[in-house]
Amino acid sequence: MTIRLEGIKKIYQIGTQEVAALNGINLNIKKGEFAALMGPSGSGKSTLMNILGCLDRPTVGSYKLDGKEVAHLSDDDLAKTRNKKIGFVFQNFNLLSRISALDNVALPLVYAGIGRKERMERAYHYLKAVGLDTRADHQPNELSGGQRQRVAIARALVNDPSIIMADEPTGNLDTKSTKEIMNIFIDLHEQGKTIILVTHEPEIATCASRQLLVRDGVITRDAGKGEKMDVV
Amino acid sequence: MLFNESVIIALKALYSNKLRSILTMLGIIIGVGAVIAMVSIGMGVRKKVQDSISSLGSNMLIVQAGAPRVNGVRQAAGSGENLKLDDSDAIKKKIKNIDYVAPSVQKAYQVVNGNQNWNTTVYGITYEYMSIRSLTVNSGSFISDNDINTRTRVAVIGATVASNLFGSTNPVGKNIRINNDPYKIIGVLDNKGQSAMGQDQDDCVLIPITTAMERLMALTSIRTINVQVSSADKIDQVQAEIETLLRQRHRIKNPADDDFQVNNLTSIMETMTSTTTMITLLLGSIAAISLVVGGIGIMNIMMVSVTERTREIGIRKALGATFNNIMMQFLIESIVVSVLGGLVGIIIGCASAMAIAQFGGFNTVITLEPILLSFFFSVGIGLFFGIYPARKAAKLDPIEALRYE
Ligand SMILES: Nc1ncnc2c1ncn2[C@@H]1O[C@H](COP(=O)(O)OP(=O)(O)OP(=O)(O)O)[C@@H](O)[C@H]1O
Ligand SMILES: [Mg+2]
Repeated sequence: MTIRLEGIKKIYQIGTQEVAALNGINLNIKKGEFAALMGPSGSGKSTLMNILGCLDRPTVGSYKLDGKEVAHLSDDDLAKTRNKKIGFVFQNFNLLSRISALDNVALPLVYAGIGRKERMERAYHYLKAVGLDTRADHQPNELSGGQRQRVAIARALVNDPSIIMADEPTGNLDTKSTKEIMNIFIDLHEQGKTIILVTHEPEIATCASRQLLVRDGVITRDAGKGEKMDVV
Repeated sequence: MLFNESVIIALKALYSNKLRSILTMLGIIIGVGAVIAMVSIGMGVRKKVQDSISSLGSNMLIVQAGAPRVNGVRQAAGSGENLKLDDSDAIKKKIKNIDYVAPSVQKAYQVVNGNQNWNTTVYGITYEYMSIRSLTVNSGSFISDNDINTRTRVAVIGATVASNLFGSTNPVGKNIRINNDPYKIIGVLDNKGQSAMGQDQDDCVLIPITTAMERLMALTSIRTINVQVSSADKIDQVQAEIETLLRQRHRIKNPADDDFQVNNLTSIMETMTSTTTMITLLLGSIAAISLVVGGIGIMNIMMVSVTERTREIGIRKALGATFNNIMMQFLIESIVVSVLGGLVGIIIGCASAMAIAQFGGFNTVITLEPILLSFFFSVGIGLFFGIYPARKAAKLDPIEALRYE
């Protein structure tokens, strides 16, 4: 599962003004890589993640996922790609508030067309993997921020995608929760999943095998593990 | 995605917003209920009209002394004096395809037994009257041809008259006085109950027509001849024959000068039936308007619901829901509202139709057609008014939906 971006631009039209959120991104991410995206606020990290996660389409440029040009896929094909190949973790969790943690985790399996019994088993398995099997019946508003994010991670993992994308997964969490979440990502990386993670914090970025710095819609630095990058 | 999955999601969404779901359903409930109740009233009126006509007998022609002209002014029907007992005999003898001919006269009298008295209608009739009105004798016997020929003072009384004058004792063999003359009671009729018109059919005294005309009412003409035709397809022919015969006998050349009327119950029934069908359709379509209004209510709420749940839609799409998945979810939601509303509406419609029959003094007839029709109509409305909001939801861009506050 490889990711290949060439000349990706995302241009927003606000009135007569054009805002280039992404201004020519070239990037290859190989299978099993753990890439951390850093950069100042407004630099285009989320925009890039959304395009990588097939939630959004670039204005120009080519995005090949697994050798297939994403621009050629229909909206429904994109939905299926999101469902099967990509697990997305949002900064603000994006859980459905009126259903239980277990049902939230099982949601991607509903759209994958998997029967109820198997859904519940698999959802429970991943909920257990993030240490929340005792909270399966709780609704999201009965959980702490860290617990919610772990539910969201379980949901991202439940359909066994090869790529996990996380846009500031620890942005709303305290240090303890942040550590727990990061350990999960490190584990996943060791299991061979491709991980792309947006973060503000250099310490978190050091967990990654590769660090990318985005500035004004372009990637300005591409460094290996352990190097400390100055974000600003 | 599996179909029943969508149904479950829709039901959960409706359940989590109970009050709103019920209020939305109310439009459909009232619409379906109104259609069923209204149509059942219309059908009830129709059945009542049909019953009252057919209770007079099937394949009936009614010959009435017609509207005579006095100095060129047409008088009320039945007030003429040209219809004679001979006319009735002539019809019986000369016209084929007739089962019964029953001439009759009638007048209101006070009937007395000792110190009990009762106001009722006295009918002068022949033996055929019994067959034509399908009367049966409970005890005693009916008026015979011999009674007619000899003009005896005998009477057959209805159950109401019997109980009012005699209480629980059997009146057969006793005497009653009509207009101060004693009449011997030879029979009591079986209970017939109310007619479809609301008349008490047991409130009558039947005496031989000859006795009535000559000894009681001092009449030389009769009011009515009921003719029962042997089969329905002969009615028009028999009617024409009777008219020709009576014109001959009364020496009338121009049909406009007829001193009698022949009414065909079947044709009256047809006119009445088509009139009441119109009424039913009118009532039903007025009620159907409220069903459409209910549908607009569904659309309104679904639009609000889609806007409110933009974020939920975004999340579902981000996790892999396709256009059809989201479309299905919202469409099923609006169909479930209309189906549930329709079912409750059917129950309420039937219940109120029964309540109207019970307490409102209307006859109501609940039939399957308006139930099925209004049910499928409400499902159709759910579908139709659900499509636009569901499409709106399904077309949402996932990123924009997720960003929606
Ligand atoms: N829907 C939109 N319409 C117009 N401009 C947008 C839209 N979305 C993003 N932008 C612009 O694109 C630029 C990049 O935004 P983006 O959300 O990718 O930044 P970011 O790097 O994720 O920032 P942060 O670290 O604060 O989350 C910003 O200047 C933003 O104003
Ligand atoms: Mg961002």
